[in-house]
Formats: sequence, C-alpha cells, structure tokens
Amino acid sequence: MLRVEEQQPVDFSSALLAKFDEIVKRYPEGKQKSALLPILHEVQAEQGWLSTSAMNRVADYLDIQDIEVYEVASFYTMYFLKPQGKYMLEVCRTGPCCLVGAEKLMNHIEQKLGVKEGEVTPDGLFSWRGVECLAACGYGPVLQIGPEYTFYENLNEQKVDDLIEDLRKK
Amino acid sequence: MSDKVKVTIDGITVEVDPGTTILNAARQIGGDIVPPAMCYYSKLEGSGGKCRTCIVKVSKGSEKDPRPMPKLVASCRTTVMDGMEVQNITSPEVLEARSGVVEMLLINHPLDCPVCDQAGECDLQNLGYEHGLQKTRYEFERRTFERIDIGDKIQLHMNRCILCYRCVFTADQITNKRVHGILNRGDHSEISTYIQTAVDNDFSGNVIDVCPVGALTDKTFRFKNRVWFTKPIDAHRDCPTCSGKVTLWYKGEDVLRVTARKDVYGEVEEFICNTCRFDKKKTADWVIEHPTHISDTSVISSNHYETMKPLPVIQDNPKLQLANKIELEKTTKF
Amino acid sequence: MARKLLLEHINVPGINTFDVYRQKGGYRAVEKALKMTPDEVVEEVKKSGLRGRGGAGFPTGMKWSFLAKPEGVPRYLVCNADESEPGTFKDRYLMTYIPHALIEGMIVSSFALGAKTSYIYVRGEMMPQIRILERAIAEAKNAGFLGKNILGSGYDLELYVQPGGGAYICGEETALLESLEGKRGNPRIKPPFPAIAGLYGCPTVVNNVESIAATVPIINDGGEEYAKIGIGRSTGTKLISASGNLVRPGVYEIELGLPVEEFIYSDEYCGGIANGKRLKATVAGGSSVPVLPANLTLKLANGDPRLMSYESLSEGGFATGTMMGSGGFIAFDEDQCIVRNTWNFSRFYHHESCGQCSPCREGTGWMEKVLHRLEYGHGKMSDIDLLVDVSRKIEGNTICPLGDAAAWPVASAIRHFRDEFEWHVKEPVKCLDTNYGLANYANPIAKAEVTTEN
Repeated sequence: MLRVEEQQPVDFSSALLAKFDEIVKRYPEGKQKSALLPILHEVQAEQGWLSTSAMNRVADYLDIQDIEVYEVASFYTMYFLKPQGKYMLEVCRTGPCCLVGAEKLMNHIEQKLGVKEGEVTPDGLFSWRGVECLAACGYGPVLQIGPEYTFYENLNEQKVDDLIEDLRKK
Repeated sequence: MSDKVKVTIDGITVEVDPGTTILNAARQIGGDIVPPAMCYYSKLEGSGGKCRTCIVKVSKGSEKDPRPMPKLVASCRTTVMDGMEVQNITSPEVLEARSGVVEMLLINHPLDCPVCDQAGECDLQNLGYEHGLQKTRYEFERRTFERIDIGDKIQLHMNRCILCYRCVFTADQITNKRVHGILNRGDHSEISTYIQTAVDNDFSGNVIDVCPVGALTDKTFRFKNRVWFTKPIDAHRDCPTCSGKVTLWYKGEDVLRVTARKDVYGEVEEFICNTCRFDKKKTADWVIEHPTHISDTSVISSNHYETMKPLPVIQDNPKLQLANKIELEKTTKF
Repeated sequence: MARKLLLEHINVPGINTFDVYRQKGGYRAVEKALKMTPDEVVEEVKKSGLRGRGGAGFPTGMKWSFLAKPEGVPRYLVCNADESEPGTFKDRYLMTYIPHALIEGMIVSSFALGAKTSYIYVRGEMMPQIRILERAIAEAKNAGFLGKNILGSGYDLELYVQPGGGAYICGEETALLESLEGKRGNPRIKPPFPAIAGLYGCPTVVNNVESIAATVPIINDGGEEYAKIGIGRSTGTKLISASGNLVRPGVYEIELGLPVEEFIYSDEYCGGIANGKRLKATVAGGSSVPVLPANLTLKLANGDPRLMSYESLSEGGFATGTMMGSGGFIAFDEDQCIVRNTWNFSRFYHHESCGQCSPCREGTGWMEKVLHRLEYGHGKMSDIDLLVDVSRKIEGNTICPLGDAAAWPVASAIRHFRDEFEWHVKEPVKCLDTNYGLANYANPIAKAEVTTEN
C-alpha cells in the first residue's frame, strides 16, 4: 500500500541519539546496519510508533536507503507503523494459551475496552491485539505491554480488569 | 585431468566449469530438460531460490559421495559436483512437486490474462500451460491491491506479482538508488515504495523487462496492442548511457514499444536506459538490424515472418512429409 | 530425584546475580576451559554427545568441528535466543532465573570456536530478559570474565545482546543472521552453511541457549561423564517446557529417557491432567512436530512405553511417532478440539511465514483458510484430503524448515484424528458448541497395528 503522509519533522532527544552511538559500537566497522532493529526499538520507545520521518532519520543516521528501513520495520510485528494507544495490550493467541482460555480473555478485553483489535480507545490510552506465541506457554494466558514489555502471567478476567484500572490511574 | 566437472541431467551428460549451477548446466544442454525459472535471473547476483519452480531431484550427489540428496533442490542455486546425476522431466516426483508450486503461484494470481499486457510473453502463463491444473482448487477470495504508478512510465499491478524479487535486485544492482522494496511479510508481502514517490533514474525501466509476469508494465505501451500482433525487430542506436541495443516492437509502421533484447530464456542480453526505452519511438531514431528471432513455440511467432524449419524427423521420412504437406509448402512460400 | 545440571541451583535466592552464582561454583567452567586448548574443549563437547536443543537435534560438537577457520577472518558465535516455537519457554526461564549459566556457556563456547565477538540474539518481546542479560554481562565483565585478556589467559571476548523485532522465522539460523545484519528475516539459501559463510559472510556457529548452557556442566564434569546420563544417543539432561491442561505446567529438567507417562503423571513433574480430566493428545516437541493421540503418546506401536528421548519419541516415524523438537510438551485434555487447535497452529505458521518462497507463502494461508472453514462448520468432506495434499506440496519444497513445520501438524492431525475432522463436516451445527471428546484416542493400541504410511 502506498501512503502519502504529511512529512512532519521529528525530534529525537539527545539521550536517544546517544543510545544510537552506543548501539552502533557493538558491530564491526561498516556493519552499522546491524543496529537497525535495536535502534528502531529505541525510537519506538521514545516516540510511541515509527513515523516515516523517524524512519528516514534512522536511515540517514545508519547511512542506508530509506526503503531498507521500511522493509525491515514492516517485516517485524513489534514495530508500529501507525500510532497506538499509550498502552498496547498484546495477548498471546497461540495454541497452548488458547487451551487455557486466551480466546475468552481477548473477548473480555474487547468488551472491557470497548474497541476492536488494533483500534485505540477514545482517551488514547489503550489498544489491544492478539499476537503469536510469546514463549510463556506454561503460564498462560499471558499478555505484555511495551515499550518495556512488562509481562503478565496466569491471567483471568479479574486480573485483567485490575491491570486496566491500575494503568488508568497511572 | 580436465578442470571441468561432469553432470548428467535426464540422462544427458555435459561437462561444465566447476561452480556452475544445475540450472545453468541444463541450459548448456538446452531443450526440454531445462528447468523453468521464475525468480532466477543470471544477470542479477543473488537472485533465485525463491519461486521453487526449478526444483529437481539429485539422484546421485557426486562421484565421491553418490548418496542422493534427501530433498528436491532448487537447481538455480545448487552447484554441480563431478559425477552428479540429476532428474528433471524424467522424475514424476519433480513434475508433481512443480505442478504443486505452479498451483501455489496461481492461487492468488488474477486470471486477467485477457487484459494483461504481459499476455503472450508471460513466464507464468507458459508455466501454467505446461504444469498447471485445469481447475483451481482454491475457493477463497484472492489477494488484491490497488494499482499504482511508480513514476510516470511504469505501472505496478501488485495483484499479479509473484514476489520473485528480480525488480528489487535490479534496482539494487543497476541503479544508484533503490526506492522500492518488499514490504510486510508472508502472503501480505508486496512490492512498494511505502510512501508515494517516483522510481526515477536512468535505468529504472529495466524492472519491466525482468518482471516475469505483468506486475510491472510499460505505461507507454499500456493497452496499445497485444504482443502477438506486434512484430519485433532488432535495432540499435548510438546511446551515451547504455549499449543502445534494443528490440523495437512494430505495429505497421509504428514503434509501439522498445525493450531490451531477450535471450531464449527471456532474460535481457543487456540492460537499456530509459531514454532508449521510453523516448525513442520513431524508426528514424534507430538503425534497423533484422527481425528478432522468436521461438516457434511462442505465440508471438504466429506472425510467421521467420521461416519454419521442418523437424529433422520429418525431413527424412516421406510419410511424414506427405502428412505435413501444407506446412511444408508454407516453408517454400516464405 | 533425577540429576539436575542446568537448574541445580535454580531455587537459591539471588542466583541471578554474579556473586551468588559464583559462590555456587559458577564460572568454574571458564577457568577450566581457558587452561585447555580450544580443540580440547570442542573434543569434550563431542564426547558428551550433546545434541542441539533448539529443535533439529544435530550434534553440537560436530557442528562446531565444521566451522571453517581461514586465516585473518573473524569467526562468530551467535546464540539463538529467539525462542518462539509454540509450547516452548525453557530459554525464557533459563535467561530469567539463571542468566549467568548462559553467559558462562557463551564464554566457554566462544573460546572453543575462537570467536572474539559473540552475540546473543534474543527475541524482541523478551525485553525484560534482554535487560537481565545485559546486567549479567556487565557483572561478568566487571569480574574479569569478559573483555580483554580474560583471567590473564590472553583471550579477549566481547558479548552483546541483540533484540529481534518480532518474527518466529528468525529462530531459523540463517534468518537470524540476516536479522542480526539489520535485514528482513528471510532465511538464506543453503549452501553455503553458516559454518562457512554466516554473519557478515564470516564463519559462524549458531546455537540454542540451552545447548550453550549445557557446555558448562560438560566442561566441569567432562564430556564422558555427561554422556553417562540419558539413554543411547540421547545424552544428558533436557529442559522440557510443559504446557496445556496439566496440573503443574512449567519448565522441568529431565534426564533423557524418562518415560512419557511418568513425566505427565508423576508428582515430581507435571502431576497429571488438570481438573481430573483425561489426556486426549499431546504435542511432544513444540507445535511443529506431529500431534499424537494419548495412546501413542504413552506407548509405542508395539506396546512398549514411550520415553522422552530423541529416538523413542520419533519411533515409528510419522506413522505412529513424533519428534523431540525443542522440548515443548503440550497436553490436551478430553475437552479440547483438535480441529480448532490445528487451525490455530496453522494460523500461526501463516502469520509467521516470511513470504520468500512460494509454497510456504501461499500454502500456509490456504491451509489456514480451509481449516477455518472446517472449524466453523462450513467444511466439505473433500477439504480433508485437500489439506493433506496441500501439506504434501509444501513439505520439503521450501527454502527453510518452516514449510515442513507448517505441514506436519496438519498432516499428523488428519492422520490420527480424521474421524474428528469428518465429524466437523457431518455435524456443522453441533461442532460449533460441542467437542468431539476423547473418543477412542486413549484406548490401548491393538498389538499388531499395520500402517501403510511412512
């Protein structure tokens, strides 16, 4: 899909730029493209999502073509190419979690938040989506919330309600 | 001891340079035993391995290690070993797997050949004709995308794309800046520029020639004519940017389109620049050489401007000569 | 109690810190290894018979010995911590609770391979584990176990943690390397194998977290000692991730060769099926391996007990066996629907296919759609054979093993649970709110079962 987007200039904090410099040092000379995935995580943690302008700046920084960044950002599921709620609840929807009630839990979250998968609540606080296996099958159902990817295990409807309330109060 | 390695494909032995792939060894033999290739392109480094149509069976690994390979292998990316034995069209297993691949390539491909500019010179059409099923078993909606223009001369019709990556390699290797690429993943993958931007550089038009299907087409030729009604003529001009060696596609006196010259496997001989391709459409721009050789099996050769040569088997058999009387008269007529 | 090599000290408070880990004998393997030659370390690992714990089960020592060592070219060790196989969560557990076991193993293994820079590629979703590992690396470096001239041996090693971006396919070693190079996770076409041309085109070994951690007890106790544990060619201990309808799901370290029945029902391990229900089926090694009905899970076709070992789990081939895989053991109770679960797994592979080669890109989506139709009561009887055929057309015809991994669960579910699929077609309304139940899947197997499939 081709999109035309207002190219808003994007500001990166000096702390973020310092992190870029630190990350790039992990790789041999000339292999700075390796830093792309970690850097995109850092950008998303600061900005909440990856705008075209942000990705273009990363491309400039790493001295690669813009399209190389778009290709990578759209391949991996953790990068958001459009704005999300402040808290993105990512619920595991794969087999083992479904054996212990993940599907019911997702229905509950949908009702509780009043928005469909991938949408943002009107207050801008929450989004939710089903994601594939989070490698915590023994503690299902599970969900995670970025950008630190805090993990919540052995969930039930009550625990999710409490979690949402806690986040609202934050 | 010679430096060459010996490989046998469908019972035919050939000696090739070490490091040659099975596919290229087969191309040295030629004929029906050459595996079809939808994504491999000998002029593009790193291409191949993806479409899986060229898979073959290695029934003997090499003289040293005669064990067969456990799986079918992509012939375009597997190098030959001395004494290797390969089965392509002599292996029912290969033909079945290949028809499976063709089925997969077609489940999301629109059957819009009647309105597709590529029809008549489409690799997928040929492949479907040879290996396809008569009926689709896929009963779901096909994947669809919007048609988009990448630049004013090239149209991207993503529905038809089989994700061979050739155009991406082309942009990487023969242009100075790549602005299109593969976005998303799995069956949502698409060729795109992500943000609306024109693919604009001197060699961008070559993506049209390398595209095996009608996903990237020449807008200056769009809906002008069916390729089999046009007559290809080799021509050249003194071009400061490229070799200037092209094929002109005529309808009557008019040049409807210009492409690079393609070999028997549909690969361009030399990449050409956009000026030659899009802007030089008058006979006066060119030095005409001769009609382009088009294989007898191509629908484009139905124009019959090249002499039909009777098969050797007909030439020495009076009975067959009699049976093919009308055809043979045509030969003398031309 | 069975012997524990990796998780021996897991319950010691503070074992995730360098000091406590060291007090409990940690980093002895580094001290010992640095006094050996790299080849001697490789030799010990070879002797141990350790097989790759990531899924393929390829002998680790042999993999190491394939590493090319051209002069003047750096070599790399990359740890595969992109744990994403449904049913598998042992690496997360190990990295969370005893991160120094991995760091110690990385130092030993990097030394054995002559790597001066090594990376731990952790899936991006495990951001907390990434922070844990980064802290552990800083602690180890502080104590002189990483960096320049480790323990005065002259050996230098830098260790970095690399986050993934959310893609199951990056667990495939060449896709992982592509991802580590900052590209899309498209598996490479092999050959060349990473041992010849891997990260940045240099010789590279990619090993699973558990394989690398296992080198620590191997060096401490010697390869021969390690090989005494286990059964046959399945040596040592293995972390099993148990999930699904079990009384006590979790990560268990077992000695290979433990009877499956004991693993499921004994109180030392999973403690039986939850809520007093009966076992219907299992997936023994992560979602990619064939699913087995309860009877074939517990017993081989000849009636002998099935053991948790590479050989015993695959006994009977695909007709009556499965695979060890990554050790992701998923148990299904009698209320679970095999059709629904097969659709769920199929959706997973559809979602995770990189889209590079055609059979997998198109075939996984096709299978998902057909299974969805069956699960939701719009299926046709011919769909079942169609699925088998599509899975056959994917299997073995793709660049990487994801194609096989997508095909096997579907093919095996139909092989063993065909009547349940047929019931979904015959009872399109009933199947929406009732499950097929246990049926005869737990019945003892008739002794001389004749199978025609391979």
